[in-house]
Amino acid sequence: MLHLKGVSKTYTSGDPALSDVTLSVPKGQILGLIGPSGAGKSTLIRCINRLVEPSAGSVTLGDVDLVRLGKADLRRQRRRIGMIFQEYALVERLTVMENVLSGRLGYVPFWRSFLRRYPARDVQTAYRLLDRVGLMDRADSRADALSGGQRQRVGIARALAQEPELLLVDEPTASLDPKTSRQIMRLITEICAERGLPAIVNIHDVPLAQQFMQRIVGLRAGRIVFDGPPSELTEDALTEIYGAEDWNAMRQGDAEQAEAEADAKRRMEALAQ
Amino acid sequence: MTAAPYSEIWHRRTPRARLVRWMGWLCLVALFVWCWQVMTETTIWAFVTDAPRQAADIGGRMWPLEWGYVPELLLPLWDTINIATLGTLGGVAMAFPIAFLAARNTTPSAMVLRPVALFIIVASRSINALIWALLLVAIIGPGLLAGIVAIALRSIGFVGKLLYEAIEETDARQIEAVAATGASGPQVLNYGILPQIMPAFWGISVFRWDINIRESTILGLVGAGGIGLKLNASINTLAWDEVAVILLLILGTVVASEWVSARLRRAII
Repeated sequence: MLHLKGVSKTYTSGDPALSDVTLSVPKGQILGLIGPSGAGKSTLIRCINRLVEPSAGSVTLGDVDLVRLGKADLRRQRRRIGMIFQEYALVERLTVMENVLSGRLGYVPFWRSFLRRYPARDVQTAYRLLDRVGLMDRADSRADALSGGQRQRVGIARALAQEPELLLVDEPTASLDPKTSRQIMRLITEICAERGLPAIVNIHDVPLAQQFMQRIVGLRAGRIVFDGPPSELTEDALTEIYGAEDWNAMRQGDAEQAEAEADAKRRMEALAQ
Repeated sequence: MTAAPYSEIWHRRTPRARLVRWMGWLCLVALFVWCWQVMTETTIWAFVTDAPRQAADIGGRMWPLEWGYVPELLLPLWDTINIATLGTLGGVAMAFPIAFLAARNTTPSAMVLRPVALFIIVASRSINALIWALLLVAIIGPGLLAGIVAIALRSIGFVGKLLYEAIEETDARQIEAVAATGASGPQVLNYGILPQIMPAFWGISVFRWDINIRESTILGLVGAGGIGLKLNASINTLAWDEVAVILLLILGTVVASEWVSARLRRAII
């Protein structure tokens, strides 16, 4: 479905963000991209829909090479790729409905989008998606009136409104609490399964990735250093991806947090009695 | 217990920085003294010592106020408000596209169009509305139109500058997200950028209208219509009781416009 071949990116500052990344994602597969910050996860998924221009290599979706497209063709191909963002990236001052309908922008002429007169089918799709993500009653609320989890649901509905063939998901849970994070990850994986939609998910939370992903790719300093199912993601593999020091620190941090949370819970229970 | 081996002395600035600051203040005081001297050299002190008596004299001539003059002033006052409002509309309409050309993140050409847009903004800002009016009265003749165009030209710079700064401060992630759906350039503008700058746009426009009410009251001094014409006529005939009425009327209008603008801006933001 999606093939990346020798994709590299060097920013104008001279830092190589990606070097020679080759990767294939078959239809229906949910792939988790893990790695320390600065490993090039965001750059990699942005090279696919060319929000970042790759310096070298090819990206083929179906049988179209996205890297070689002109401006108008790129816009037409971007419709096939839905994207879900870290911190939602909703247009805050527009309503939920306008945000979801903005997923149709690539399909409608300017005057329709400007006057907010979308074709009946698009409106129906938007309502169906809002119902699917559980926000039917918030359609006319402004996006900035929603909670974090609700906003990310709108983000998901906007991406699906494009009727995409591929989902790019950039740290979908970075600013959400643990419980909401799980709900959002579950929603994304369910929707992908319903539609046989392949997805690339940037995720920094290793346990979350192991729980929800079918395949894990580890990125370190712009190179792929691990590629396999979550069950093969051993301590050694994680040390390879994150470096010994960082991985130990992360694990220790997780343990400390779990302890602190358990402690807080005990206190709350004691208070309740 | 032994004393901790830490210094008890700390200064916010190094000795050198302190010396430089002290010298700076000294220069400033010296400059002030010198300026004072230059200023007083050419002053005719007879006039200055006479000032309280002159002020009292004019004040006395203003009293009693010529209230019968008010009905005659209402039409020019209406003209003044129209000059300010139509001038603001015109200025905002011209500033809007210029702001998009001037903003770094929306300009279609950073090498040619952006400098041109920035130049228009600076040119408009550097010339006072009164001077614009003086030029326009000579070009298109005296009257309301000259005043409206003067206010509009003066407003381009103010509105354009604040608006392009608002455009540059928009959240790039929201714009990126709209672009990622496959939206065209105009659609990205409409969905990604416009919603983010609308509060700034209305706030700036209303604020400028409020300033323009004040500026348009004096445009009549150079023949560009409005209540300034009446003010000029009354000053020329030394009718101080009429001048006082006009000044009070202007004061009332400005207070009212500030109140309206404050209310509107609060409602928007």
